[in-house]
Amino acid sequence: MAEKAAARAEAARLVAAFRAAGAVEVEADILQPAEVLLDLYGEDIRARAYVTADPLRGEMMLRPDFTVPVVQMHMAEGAEPARYCYSGEVFRKQEHPTARRAEYVQVGYEVFERDNPVAADAEVFALFARLLAPLGLRAATGDIAILTAAVRGLKTLETRKAALLRHIWRPRRFTELLERFGGQAPVPPSRAALLAMLAAGDRPETGPHLGLRSEAEISTRLAALVEDAKAPPISAEEVGRLEDLLNLEAPSPAALAHLRDLARDLPAIAPAVDRMEARLDALARAGIDVGKLAFEASHGRTTLEYYDGFVFSFHAADPELPPVASGGRYDALTEVLGQGRSIPAVGGIIRPGLVADLGGLA
Amino acid sequence: MLKLGVPSKGRLMEQTFDWFGRHGVTLSRTGSDREYAGAVEGVDGLELVLLSAGEIPRELAAGRIHLGVTGSDLVREKLADWPAQVVELAPMGFGHADLIIAVPACWPDVDTLDDLDAAAAAFRRAHGFRLRIATKYHRLVRDFLTRHGVADYQLVDSQGATEGTVKNLTAEAVADITSTGETLRANHLKILADALVHQSQATLYGARGADWQGARRSALAQLCARLGISPGDLA
Repeated sequence: MAEKAAARAEAARLVAAFRAAGAVEVEADILQPAEVLLDLYGEDIRARAYVTADPLRGEMMLRPDFTVPVVQMHMAEGAEPARYCYSGEVFRKQEHPTARRAEYVQVGYEVFERDNPVAADAEVFALFARLLAPLGLRAATGDIAILTAAVRGLKTLETRKAALLRHIWRPRRFTELLERFGGQAPVPPSRAALLAMLAAGDRPETGPHLGLRSEAEISTRLAALVEDAKAPPISAEEVGRLEDLLNLEAPSPAALAHLRDLARDLPAIAPAVDRMEARLDALARAGIDVGKLAFEASHGRTTLEYYDGFVFSFHAADPELPPVASGGRYDALTEVLGQGRSIPAVGGIIRPGLVADLGGLA
Repeated sequence: MLKLGVPSKGRLMEQTFDWFGRHGVTLSRTGSDREYAGAVEGVDGLELVLLSAGEIPRELAAGRIHLGVTGSDLVREKLADWPAQVVELAPMGFGHADLIIAVPACWPDVDTLDDLDAAAAAFRRAHGFRLRIATKYHRLVRDFLTRHGVADYQLVDSQGATEGTVKNLTAEAVADITSTGETLRANHLKILADALVHQSQATLYGARGADWQGARRSALAQLCARLGISPGDLA
């Protein structure tokens, strides 16, 4: 990757372009309280972010991204609507020898806008596409909201839908759950024995009660297991449709047509598909050639779990390189960090170091 | 000289000495039994270095010792990307212990990782924080749970008496080494059916980053011939 000076020069060009697009430049501390990030991302962030200790403030992290501090700042003091940009180092631990940098510059652009989310999605993507055009990158898009709508539309227990929704970002567990709820995976012997005992009105013999998880919580889950065992499996047609959706990869117009077809049997996704169509129209008006724009339904499923709508990334030809830019919509994150308030938000980041490596924008 | 790091005390040291002895390499401590000095007979150019078992992975990674005997759990826990740093030369057949995840025996609804994940989600909703798993094996346990797609947990550090953390309300579950499971049972904990994180045993490792030039290379060849093992891609 380019020397820092080259990366900084590209970063300065990008910040100037974002300011020209109406963004206010903001700063964020490099040291962030670990607690918020851990609560948000879970243990996985520990493997990816540098953790250090402050004698008074406790566990701190070297910022792994700007999104969380920028959202916090906006929720605390921002007026609506707002456009922000920023530039600075982020830090990601690498557990394996790799060409990927542990420390690199990110330049970002975030839009907090309530009235027209589809237009805001198109604004961010079109701005990135215009700025990155000299590099000839491949763009890919997706929409997590279509996946979540499809899961919410399944004809099955709410508890099963909630379990699947939690694991949208963990494809392996998602598939395992879907197989089990679809009756395709065998019931573990210990579960079968427990259910038989509960069905006979008995409660298994255990040791003394221990720990913070209360007897009421245990009873609630036992009841949920009984309810789950009684419920019919998710039908093979429904599982098939969901798998069909997850595997969908096509240019946007073909993907849209396929989703329209799917929506006939899966009406729950229709509103999200309408939004996708409106977004494609907005992108076309912004000068994007949507006929060639790749749509991958599972795009964004292996990133950190905060995107919940439109997602996108821009890639160089070399598959070893990380994405040059990526972003998406994260409405739910503003709710989590907003302490009761929320605002639709969409944004993305560019790696100016990679931009410089690929020849730069000058 | 080729430096061989061996645990400096206890059963692990004795069993290591026995294992090498059976292969015609006599290791012994010299001086008083408080002095950490050792001697080698049977292979030329090999020097015995007595170290804490927990420090052997780090010394191997730094290349300050060429060979080392320690638990495979410690190497996997303490070294990122361990196969890039050390070569597994010989599993030694003792020091067996399983790294497992255990929950209170009073949780009849939790028997698998799938159950643990579901219980963790409900726990987080009810208590406002992630279900705590006490362990000193952070890397191994985190990698294992990530691989299996378990969410809504957090690891809390416990360097000893880990089985007591649930009773003391500082954790809801534990991930620890066990050989017979007796301490777990005594503390009213049970092992999850599918949460065997790692099966550890004492293992002889070679350091990729050590200096293997000249006489050290022939000492390694001589030692490997004695032990009936291959030096792998070390030399």
